[in-house]
Amino acid sequence: MIPSRKLFTRKLDFIHGSVELSHGGGGRAMAQLIEEVFLTAFDNEWLRTQDDCAQFNVPAGRLVMATDSHVVSPLFFPGGDIGCLSVHGTINDVAMAGAQPLYLAASFILEEGFPLADLQRIVDSMAQAARQAGVPIVTGDTKVVERGKGDGVFITTTGVGVVPPGVNISASRAQPGDAILLSGSLGDHGMAVMAQRENLSFDAPIVSDTAALHGLVATMVAVAPELHCLRDPTRGGLGSALNEIAQQSGVGMRLHEAAIPVHEPVRALCEFLGLDPLYVANEGKLLAICPAECADPLLAVMRAHSLGQEAAIIGSVVTDAHGFVEMETVFGGRRLVDWLSGEQLPRIC
Amino acid sequence: MKYIDEFRDGRLAQGLAARIRQEVNPERGYALMEFCGGHTHAICRYGIEDLLPSNVRLIHGPGCPVCVLPSGRLQAVIELAERERVILCSYGDLLRVPGAQGDTLLQAKARGVDVRMVYSVSDALDIARAHPDQPVVFFAIGFETTTPPTAVAILHAKAEGLHNFSAYCNHVLTPPALRAILATHHTAESPAPIQLDGCIGPAHVSTIIGSDPYQFVATEYHRPLVIAGFEPLDVLQAILLLIRQVNAGEARIENEYTRAVSPEGNRKAQSIVAEVFTLRPSFEWRGLGELPNSALTIRPEYAEWDTERRFIVPVVATTDHKACACAEVLRGVKRPEQCKVFATVCTPDHPLGSCMVSAEGACAAHYHYGRFRTPSPGVSA
Ligand code: SF4
Repeated sequence: MIPSRKLFTRKLDFIHGSVELSHGGGGRAMAQLIEEVFLTAFDNEWLRTQDDCAQFNVPAGRLVMATDSHVVSPLFFPGGDIGCLSVHGTINDVAMAGAQPLYLAASFILEEGFPLADLQRIVDSMAQAARQAGVPIVTGDTKVVERGKGDGVFITTTGVGVVPPGVNISASRAQPGDAILLSGSLGDHGMAVMAQRENLSFDAPIVSDTAALHGLVATMVAVAPELHCLRDPTRGGLGSALNEIAQQSGVGMRLHEAAIPVHEPVRALCEFLGLDPLYVANEGKLLAICPAECADPLLAVMRAHSLGQEAAIIGSVVTDAHGFVEMETVFGGRRLVDWLSGEQLPRIC
Repeated sequence: MKYIDEFRDGRLAQGLAARIRQEVNPERGYALMEFCGGHTHAICRYGIEDLLPSNVRLIHGPGCPVCVLPSGRLQAVIELAERERVILCSYGDLLRVPGAQGDTLLQAKARGVDVRMVYSVSDALDIARAHPDQPVVFFAIGFETTTPPTAVAILHAKAEGLHNFSAYCNHVLTPPALRAILATHHTAESPAPIQLDGCIGPAHVSTIIGSDPYQFVATEYHRPLVIAGFEPLDVLQAILLLIRQVNAGEARIENEYTRAVSPEGNRKAQSIVAEVFTLRPSFEWRGLGELPNSALTIRPEYAEWDTERRFIVPVVATTDHKACACAEVLRGVKRPEQCKVFATVCTPDHPLGSCMVSAEGACAAHYHYGRFRTPSPGVSA
C-alpha cells in the first residue's frame, strides 16, 4: 500500500461527499481522490510506483491494442454497472483478435457533484472485474467537468494483449463455406439496460450478460487456431456485426433463425417494444467464424465453458456478390438481416 | 409468452402453405392487399411471400400512421417547439422522420429543442405534471388503436386541471383510406384498372371499431375482406380464407381474429373517442392526398388541450419528390423495387417518399427484409 504521508487531514466523505472541480485540478484534492479511491481499489505494483505511465515487459508475439469509451445510462443495471462493463468491454475487444489481454489503462471524466459513494461503487466493481479477469489496471487519468457538462461519469479503458503464434483472426477472413457460431443468447445486456432505464418491471428482471470473454477465447483458439473471425456483437447486435464481417470479407451469409438463442423475457420485451433482438447489444457474447470442419470441435469446447453453454452453429458463409446476410425464419420464409439505420427505436402499434 | 409461439409454429405454417397451394387456381392471379403496417411487417419479417405460390401477390397498403403523416404537419410542430419552448413528447418511431425541410425531431433535439421519447401518452401526462410551468405537447398519431388512449389523457388533463398539457392531433381513420384505395380500383375511368381481389383487414384497429365498419368493402366494392391478427399464422390463414372466397366468387367480411375482434368492437372505447374527438372535414394523407372525413380533431369543448387551438401551428402544404412513386406503390400499381429511386436515392436513411419512412412502410419493409429478392447493381447490403 501507499505509505501514509499524512497529506490529507480529513478522509474523503464517502457517504455524503461528491466530486468537486478541485478533484480534477491537479492539486492536493486530486491526489487525495486518486489515492483514496483509485489506488486503494486497483492496487498493484505498477500503480504503486505513482509514475505517469506504467512500464512492463511483454511476451513475444503480436501486440494488440484496443480502446473503448463507456457511457451508459443508467450507470447501474441488473447484472452490472459502468465499471465492470468498461473492464469487460476492452478485454473483449483485445480478446477478439485471439489475444491474451495483459494490461488495462482507465481514464475517467467525472461530473462535478457526482456522489463519491457511487464513484466508489463503480471503481470497486472495476477492480473486482479486473482482478477476476487477471488483467490489472496499470495506469489512468481523471478529469472533472462542470456540473451539467457530463453525465455523471464517462470511463475510457485501453487494453493491450499478445496474440499467440499461428493465430490470425480478422473480420476480413470469412470465407464461403465457413460455419458461423454464436456463444449464447442475444439481447440480454441491451434489454436489461432498457428495462431499467424505462422503469419497465418484470417478475424476473432481465440481467445483463456483461462478462470477460478472454478465457473462452483461449480455449477456442487452443482447439481451433485456424479460426477466421471473432467478434463480440455489442452495440448494433448480431445483425450489425455480421454485416460488418460480410462487407470486410466480401461474402454473404445465411442464418437459421431457429438456431439463434434468445431468452424468453428478452424476446417478450423486444416484442412489446417492437425491437428486433438481432440488433440489441450484448456484452458477454461472441460470434466465431471458422472452417466448416472445425465447427463441431469448436462448439464442443464452447459449450463446455461457463460462458458458452448455449453456444450454437447459427449459419454459414456463402458467396454473394451483394454481400447480403439472409436468414431462414422460424416460419420457413426468408428475410434479409440488414444494416441498422440509426439506433433502433420502439414502434407505436 | 408461449402463447406467441403457437402463432409462429413453422410446421403449422407449412401445413397452411400446402393448403393454399392446393386451393389456388393456377389459371388466375390473386392480388391481395394487407392494409396494416403491422401485417406488412409480419409478412416481410417472417418471409411469408416465400411460402406462397407465385400467382398470389401481396400488396402492401397504407396502414402505417407514420408513413401517411404529411411532412408539413411534422415541420409545423418542430417549428412550434422551437418557437414556444414547449416540451414535445413523441413516440419513438416518429423521431427519425424528416419534416418538410428535411429536419427530424432527433435533429431538433440535438439543436436543443426539448423532445422526449415516450412509450405512451400517460408518460406525457407525467411530464406535464412534473413541469407545470412549461407547455407540454403530445404528438398524437395513429389509427383507431391509439386514439382511445389520447382521448383518455385529455379527459384526465381536464379532470385534473392540467392546463399545460395539449395534444397535437394527427389521428386518422382506417375505413376512409380503404375506401379511397378501392375507389381508384373500382372506377371505370381509372387509366389502367389494377387487379385487387381482396383485403386483409386490420388487427388492432378492428378490436376497437369492430368488423361492421368494413361492410362497404363487400357491399359497395364487391371485394372480400378478412380481419386478421398480426401473427404470421394469422396472415397465412387470412390469405387462405381470401383465396377461398375469391374461388367461390364471394365477397364477405370474415373475421379470422375472433380471439380479439367482435362485429361491434369496443363500445366503451368508441364512446370515449366520440366524447373527445370529432371528424375533420378533410385531411391530407401522404401518398394518398386529401381524403374527406378521414381524420379526427379535438372537439371545441376540449380546445384548451388541443395544440392546434392553443398555439398557431401553420402547416405548410408540401409535395413529395417528383420521382416518388408512393401513390402507385400504395395502390399496388407498382412494387417498391419498380420505383426508379428505390434503394439508390431513396433509402431508410434518406427517405424521399412516405413508404420509406417507417419500418412498416411498404418500401422500407421491402428494403430492410426483402431487397435480396430483387437484387440489382445498385442494390446491395
Ligand atoms: S422508393 Fe421511395 S420514392 Fe420510391 S415509392 Fe418508395 S418511398 Fe416513394
